[in-house]
Amino acid sequence: MPVMKIKNFSFTYAGVEAPSLKNITLPIEKNQITALIGPSGCGKSTLLRSMNRIHDLYPGNKYDGKINLLDLETGKYNNILAIKKENEFIQLRQQVGMIFQKPTPFPMSIFDNVAYGLKIAGIKNKTELSDRVEASLKGSALWKEVHDRLGKSAMGLSGGQQQRLCIARAVAVKPEVLLFDEPTSALDPISTGAIEELIVELKKDVSIAIVTHNMQQASRISDYTAFMYLGDLIEYDKTENIFLNPKEKRTEDYITGRFG
Amino acid sequence: MEKLFQKISLSSATLVLVLLLGIFTTLFISAKPAVEAFGLQFITDQRWNQEIPLIESSDTVIEDSDDAIIADEDDEDMILDEDDEEDAATKTVFGGLVPIIGTLLSTLIALLFAMPIAMGIAVFLAEIASKNISKFVGMAIELLAAIPSIIFGMWGLYYFAPLIADTFGGYQVSLLTAGLVLGVMILPFMAAVTRDSMNTTPDVLKESAYALGATKFEVVKDIIFPYSKTGIIGSIILALGRALGETMAVAFLIGAVYSLPDKITDPTISIPVAMAVNFGEASGLGESALFYLGLILFVMSFAVISFAKFYFLKRGNA
Ligand SMILES: Nc1ncnc2c1ncn2[C@@H]1O[C@H](COP(=O)(O)OP(=O)(O)OP(=O)(O)O)[C@@H](O)[C@H]1O
Ligand SMILES: [Mg+2]
Repeated sequence: MPVMKIKNFSFTYAGVEAPSLKNITLPIEKNQITALIGPSGCGKSTLLRSMNRIHDLYPGNKYDGKINLLDLETGKYNNILAIKKENEFIQLRQQVGMIFQKPTPFPMSIFDNVAYGLKIAGIKNKTELSDRVEASLKGSALWKEVHDRLGKSAMGLSGGQQQRLCIARAVAVKPEVLLFDEPTSALDPISTGAIEELIVELKKDVSIAIVTHNMQQASRISDYTAFMYLGDLIEYDKTENIFLNPKEKRTEDYITGRFG
Repeated sequence: MEKLFQKISLSSATLVLVLLLGIFTTLFISAKPAVEAFGLQFITDQRWNQEIPLIESSDTVIEDSDDAIIADEDDEDMILDEDDEEDAATKTVFGGLVPIIGTLLSTLIALLFAMPIAMGIAVFLAEIASKNISKFVGMAIELLAAIPSIIFGMWGLYYFAPLIADTFGGYQVSLLTAGLVLGVMILPFMAAVTRDSMNTTPDVLKESAYALGATKFEVVKDIIFPYSKTGIIGSIILALGRALGETMAVAFLIGAVYSLPDKITDPTISIPVAMAVNFGEASGLGESALFYLGLILFVMSFAVISFAKFYFLKRGNA
């Protein structure tokens, strides 16, 4: 069952004539990892950033089509492109979290970083906060390294630790979907391995969409793969099919490294 | 070539230091008679240019040198023959308390008034306004920062002072009027620098907070302010430095009277104004006392700026 159904979706940036995404139809399966691959500039980030409508921080962009998000409580789908009110945006972003290419620790302590989403969601109870911070840090394989310095600034962590902190921070608010935009491209191989393990671990609880330039990464961790090219979705299938016998010539050329 | 360049830049750097030291030394030498005559009590004494009988004020005089005793302002070295002029023997005392308090209070009022407004403008420009509006208003604010202070003084006197007197009662020229106009003067600078440092907050950092469900207000409060804290505090301290030394605008508006204000709507005087207003006719110990005031202002401003510098340096290395 898909947690998100993207239907005939087109996207045009403000002040640009041509759409950056054209008529994309794609499911994001529940508790699965969906990888978005494709050459630079094909629109992977643009698509990902539409799924929590973070684009809307900058005015003037144009959406077309539908992105339906499953409401886990009612089992109904809501079109997130219809959202207009600020409290609906806040709710959407609590349901659909995002992790960026570079780690983005906030200028505050490790504990406060992880607790931030909870605090702004209105959780004030100290024990509940520290329980959930601990659970998220454990779930993000960071607890052992930071449990004795939760009060210290998050800026003092290594890049890989910071990225896991950002994941812990996103996980803490218990989202339905997590969006990763090249989460390991700024990290060393060991940190990358740790993050990959973590992402696979996380799919028990959340559905995941991940943009990556790393073909091995996509084949290692994802269940489904979507190949995009120049704003079009060329092929979407189970990851093994995409990598072992793609239907489209362009997909094959890309994953074998003949272009891109 | 390299050597020459190094030498030139080294000597320019030395020149700045020499200048700084030179200014301090000149100030100190000129202030010395007053420093010797009044000591540190100068700071807490609210009398300015008051003649008092020698005997009664013996508590302040006894340890002082003859420099303090002036019969004729034209010759400060003249020593009185106390036997001949026992009843007429007077000395003139100068104390800096009134201008020091006036400077501190007018600066404080300016800061209290300017800070919240400057922060509001900066948040508006950096986060709320659309690009075009932000650019336009930002430019207007930078132009405002370029207006010479005497124009602020005249504008304040003719338009602002009556308004203040109508609203708050009291005198038109007063501590409050001077402080508020001073606030208006430092506001554009503060707003512009604060906006600039807020703009250094990386977009991804803000997006990360929005992606957790933060509102605009929360992003400003929890991300942008902490991130740009150093720059914001720096802008406040530099504005403080400017407010401390501002002369022309305040001279128009503070009333220039040597009396401690009971209410903030009372007129008083500040250090730069005291110096500007009195230098023409001052001589002897009076002149020296003005230099003493200058020295105090110098030290105050210097302390503020060095604090800012060290604060930045510390932050920069961290
Ligand atoms: N803010 C923007 N305004 C206008 N056009 C944009 C903007 N951001 C991206 N684009 C354009 O949209 C297209 C898709 O960009 P996008 O960032 O989604 O690519 P991507 O697949 O994520 O590439 P990469 O792998 O390099 O990150 C590109 O042609 C890009 O130039
Ligand atoms: Mg991208």
